[in-house]
Amino acid sequence: MIVDINFVGLIIASIMASAVPLILASCGELITERSGVLNLGVEGMMIIGAISGFALMTVTGSLIIAVFGAMLAGVLISTIFAFLTQTLITNHVATGLALTIFGIGISAMIGKNFVGIPGKEFPVLFEGLKDTIPLLSPILFGHSIVFYFAFALPFITSYFLKKTKIGLIVRAVGDSPESASNQGINVRFVRYACILYGGAMCGLAGAYLSMIYTPQWIENMTGGRGWIALALVVFSTWNPIKILIGAMIFGGLTIIQFHMQAIGVRIPVQFLTALPYIVTIIVLVVISRDSRKIRLSTPSSLGKSFHKDN
Amino acid sequence: MIKIVKRDQPSKAIFFFTPVLAIFLTLIAGGIIFYILGFKPFEALKFFFIVPIADKYGFSELLLKATPLCLIAIGLSFCFKSNNWNIGAEGQLTFGAIVSGGVALLFYDQEGFYILPMVILAGAIGGMIYASIPAILKTYFNTNEILVSLMLVYVSKLILDYLVVGPWSNPEGFNFPETRQFSDSARLPLLFEGLRIHAGIFLALAAVVISWFVFYKTYLGFQMKVSGFSLKTAKYAGYKGKKMIILVFLISGACAGLAGVGEITGPIGQLHREVSPDYGFTAIIVAFLGRLHPVGIIFASLVVAITYLGAETAQIFMQIPKYTGQVFQGMILFFLLASDYLLFFKFKFIDTKK
Repeated sequence: MIVDINFVGLIIASIMASAVPLILASCGELITERSGVLNLGVEGMMIIGAISGFALMTVTGSLIIAVFGAMLAGVLISTIFAFLTQTLITNHVATGLALTIFGIGISAMIGKNFVGIPGKEFPVLFEGLKDTIPLLSPILFGHSIVFYFAFALPFITSYFLKKTKIGLIVRAVGDSPESASNQGINVRFVRYACILYGGAMCGLAGAYLSMIYTPQWIENMTGGRGWIALALVVFSTWNPIKILIGAMIFGGLTIIQFHMQAIGVRIPVQFLTALPYIVTIIVLVVISRDSRKIRLSTPSSLGKSFHKDN
Repeated sequence: MIKIVKRDQPSKAIFFFTPVLAIFLTLIAGGIIFYILGFKPFEALKFFFIVPIADKYGFSELLLKATPLCLIAIGLSFCFKSNNWNIGAEGQLTFGAIVSGGVALLFYDQEGFYILPMVILAGAIGGMIYASIPAILKTYFNTNEILVSLMLVYVSKLILDYLVVGPWSNPEGFNFPETRQFSDSARLPLLFEGLRIHAGIFLALAAVVISWFVFYKTYLGFQMKVSGFSLKTAKYAGYKGKKMIILVFLISGACAGLAGVGEITGPIGQLHREVSPDYGFTAIIVAFLGRLHPVGIIFASLVVAITYLGAETAQIFMQIPKYTGQVFQGMILFFLLASDYLLFFKFKFIDTKK
């Protein structure tokens, strides 16, 4: 059997493309969680980003406005979460759930007029180099700028957390808000910033889905990717580089569905669709079994409210 | 000058007042949203909250929708009180519906008094089996129950989809994604001629009474509350933490499974792709709005059920998208959580002249 090497490259590239929204959302959520905040609203923020991006693109015709608008929409919706959990000290889990329910509802409400409208072509970079190197060309060239940004993001995030002063502050706030506060760090401000940053990345992840990956608006189009992104953060044990690996595995599971069907493997399509969710559970079990390791890597104050009496 | 002061103790009066405040604030915010969408706010709110329940039929529909919400929320209150975040009730409902639907299909061409009890029991067991997965993984493998229970929602819906499209689809059904109709013996009896409200409401009421009894009259209920308050205290007192976790998941799974039974043997009468319009998720809001209190949950389920009906009515009469219902549900929870601030803090007027 002769396998076309460029075909292999194309498959890898398609796996990477489906990993992009997971990487973006997970890296955003990772920063939020590193500051001690558990935002379960990822799915809601992503879907808001998806409709905002698509709607702005259709209305204004500008891709730049659409992409940044989607990020801004993510920021705005996460501001609700930030205000509730940080200023009004509400429970993180319940607030995050409310955010997801609200987000799905409001996206469908806005999106009503955008169903069935075809998307626009999103410009890709390095298209001229597409046929230069066998195997590697389809992987390296001819993708959108968001794609490249997503694959750089884990490294940027890792550098940010480990090597920069602000990254250190974020970690300090997440691991010990009391001592951070005693050091004169404004815990609430740092957490606000991290939540809004997470919102921006989830918004971008959503915009990637509706503007580049699919590209059109479909109700509920995130289809649980937000929850898988949350699981990826646990999978990574809060290490951004491992998010990259996890996202590739899940991207692979998504892509495998199409190819299995194309080859004619007789497995019910529902089983293949369920695979990413089942694998998420299995992976979570394997990772979490070692409770000591999880405890060591989890931000100590994750999900706990911090309130400074003054 | 107004200063915010921490209360010495959470205020009990405010504990029961804030849900009302949250509903009120949701109505205001909803009116604003309607205004932005270009509708007359008061007219829209009237179509949303008053028109749907203005007649006998509407009231029956209200109870029909409130029944599963109440049942699931009662189950969830066991989990939430003991600090277990089961957010996959939708999956437990679906799986309960699958198992009970399977039993009902076995007897599709038979009549008999013994069929309905078996169908109901199967639904409860199905829900329990499905809820036991996150419970066991949490207790023995330290796995986050939020993510596991949620992932299982997607899996259950795909299992249902597979069954109604494939092996269980109606052989005489022209390939529609649905099963045969259940026999009349597998259907919950209707309470009134011409209305859809069915005997499932008694399951919900029974759950309310039983949960009230367990919470407030038994040692077990006390243990649950202590575990929810502080796991360390519970451990120190020697409570069996792991068994407790599994127990509350089984209870809430059974309730969600029964809600699934109510849907398929009540209004639907067969299995098809959509056995629940996200009752399992909405019930989370009902549980919180009802303050995890059995009686509170009754009221909350009625209030939230209106958002389902209102969304339908508003869509028909005013072309307001039906998702407005979900927007309202999300807002209720936002406002409820926000107004909880008043539980712990109060505003104090301070005379600055002194």
